[in-house]
Amino acid sequence: MDLALTDADLAFQAEVREFIATYWPEDVRRARATSSRFEESRGHSPEVRRWIDALNERGWAVPNWPQQWGGTDWNPTQKYIWDKETAKAECPQLSAFGARMLAPVLYTWGTEAQQNEFLPKIREERMIWCQGYSEPGAGSDLAGLATRAVREGDEYVVNGTKLWTSGAHVADWMFCLVRTESGAKKQEGISFVLIDMKTPGITVNPVYILGGIHSVNEVELKDVRVPVENLVGEENKGWTYAKGLLTHERTGIAGVARSEVQLARLKRIAQETGMDGGTLWDDPAFRTRVTELEVDLEALSVTELRVLAQVAQGGAPGPESSILKIRGTEIGQAIAMMTIEAFGYYGMPYPEQTLIDNEGPIGNPYVMPTMKGMLYGRASSIFGGSNEIQKNIISKAVLGL
Amino acid sequence: MDFSLSEEQTLLKDSLERFIQNDYDFDTRRKVMAGEEGFSRENWKQFAELGWLAVPFAEEDGGIGGGAIELMIVMEQLGRGLVVEPYLATVILAGGALKYAGNEAQKGAYLGAIIEGSKMGALAFAEPQSRFKLADVATTATADGDGYVLSGHKAVVLGGPSADFFVVSARTSGGPRDADGITLFLVDGDAAGLSRRDYPTVDGLRASEVTLDGVKVGADAVLGTVGGGHAVLEQVIDEATLAVGAEAVGGMEVCYKDTVEYSKQRVQFGQPIGKFQVLQHRMVDMFMEYEQAKSMMYLAAMRLDEGYGAVAKKAVSGFKVQVGKSGRFVGQQAVQLHGGMGMTEELNIGHYFKRLTMIDTTFGNVDFHLKRYGAV
Repeated sequence: MDLALTDADLAFQAEVREFIATYWPEDVRRARATSSRFEESRGHSPEVRRWIDALNERGWAVPNWPQQWGGTDWNPTQKYIWDKETAKAECPQLSAFGARMLAPVLYTWGTEAQQNEFLPKIREERMIWCQGYSEPGAGSDLAGLATRAVREGDEYVVNGTKLWTSGAHVADWMFCLVRTESGAKKQEGISFVLIDMKTPGITVNPVYILGGIHSVNEVELKDVRVPVENLVGEENKGWTYAKGLLTHERTGIAGVARSEVQLARLKRIAQETGMDGGTLWDDPAFRTRVTELEVDLEALSVTELRVLAQVAQGGAPGPESSILKIRGTEIGQAIAMMTIEAFGYYGMPYPEQTLIDNEGPIGNPYVMPTMKGMLYGRASSIFGGSNEIQKNIISKAVLGL
Repeated sequence: MDFSLSEEQTLLKDSLERFIQNDYDFDTRRKVMAGEEGFSRENWKQFAELGWLAVPFAEEDGGIGGGAIELMIVMEQLGRGLVVEPYLATVILAGGALKYAGNEAQKGAYLGAIIEGSKMGALAFAEPQSRFKLADVATTATADGDGYVLSGHKAVVLGGPSADFFVVSARTSGGPRDADGITLFLVDGDAAGLSRRDYPTVDGLRASEVTLDGVKVGADAVLGTVGGGHAVLEQVIDEATLAVGAEAVGGMEVCYKDTVEYSKQRVQFGQPIGKFQVLQHRMVDMFMEYEQAKSMMYLAAMRLDEGYGAVAKKAVSGFKVQVGKSGRFVGQQAVQLHGGMGMTEELNIGHYFKRLTMIDTTFGNVDFHLKRYGAV
């Protein structure tokens, strides 16, 4: 057991910091972190595009992928350093649906043609994906999904409705779970297909969430024709792939590094917020609660390191990754709530975007992004398998209950 | 000992309940909020006709002489309906300051107008640096002939956009956070030198940043005694704290009941999710939080009606601590148990969650009131 960084690690860290300072400098970072625009939009700002291009040029876009598809040869420590540094600087990430979720499925189970077609575009962020999983009747009980795909010649004809589909309104493609057979067990008979969002028969309806944020959608699929070559892996084996993918989603969801940034921001805000002639940070009650969160987060950070070390020794993260999801979302939500609390009355203003554009923010510039993040963040304990489902997984798979 | 309502109180409760049920469903509220003012003048007129705007005022001022219990009854129901009309701002905050500190002329000029619904007001007490401390007043009032000149910045003034007049706290003497030396002033909404930046709040209300830049007022604008505004503010804010707390209790009731109902309808894994023990216990916890908050609400209202002093202050702070904790838990769990639906703009649950969250930081959060509870 050893946590110290070697000289080589330190040199790598310096290299990463220099890269970030060049392509994601402080002023760009601050502008993005205080922006009250939260929703995904099609295409990227020039700054984000430049960052992603620089990543690709350097070969650092997808450190966790196999090297043949553009992954790095970094050891776990280097990956850790990379994650830490990029999170600290709030560097933009590649769209998670493509790079973190679909890609592992494709490089593990996809055909050579699928890998050649999609992986480079995902790596370069030239193709945006959404995830067609949940349905009106299939949320926590994902395997209860009802969207059907019927084979007709060289095509599947897909009919059904997907719900809570994040980013469907900006996505080029969707990876989608469909029922291809009404098997004895509902997990059997599900297939994993890739659907071009331009295919006729697809309608994307926005679902506005709290705060008027447009992030999720309802996607109606009516006689949507999908070529059979867009099936991933074997027909009726989609559940296996989806499960593998969800485990990856769960580790991503822990968001330890992101929470560390938010916690540091919370402290700064408390230090800048007036109270009794001093600042909120002088208030022992508030300070104690922030410190408790900090200890919680540190414990989670080490738990994550242990999971990562396990992964480095071979294989996907086990059901323990559910711990990361549960605690990670709880801590993230608690930090967001405390930040809102720190703003006091200034947590309330929620002006129209045009008003902010014309007259600047009301109160602290971090209020709007924090509020939107807090509201959106309530979903984090619901999506990717709700925290209640995660506890079921742990009790079944880890505790054997 | 008696926790039951009198006949008049029951009638008041019934009339509010009927309004919420028949005239204020969630779609109506949405339409009202989308309007330019963010609330309905028609509704306001109806509130006046039903006598709700007269509730806390003395009979000689045209009111019905209600106390804290009557206010609690009104606000609990308004909370159930997530009502956005500025009852708190006009009747409880601005009206409260007039009720406790106004002279005959001031009451005559404003209270009648509030009661008949023709004037709206707002209480401008918070400032960017003040957080929840009422004595932290940097806005200055400098003597100028017979009157005063007011300058400063008032933060997040609820009901500010629709206010015909403001009650403003300003410092006439003393250091930056001294309780002594704060004076309340009546300031016309269109006074020269007063400007507002209006905006919606995240929980569906409207508020303003109010800037006073050399606003001239006469001596007759002083509400109460010169330098003695803090005691008035404290009492008004304590009543208002009971009011938002009661609003939260009303909101919690809807949250837990709707969640129970939803859990009976929503089927996953072949059964209603309400059959899962984990969720049953969660809903039991929500129910208990609601009941505990309700108990503290009754205590605070009864103590306030017994007379304003240390005992009442302590009860109000205790209630606000309970509301802060319970409101958050109930609101968050209502969203969680509704799943994605709880996250939508379209369903009421998320809107209760937002209001409950903001009530926690209105008039002092849990930390603030714990400290106050221990101190008084």
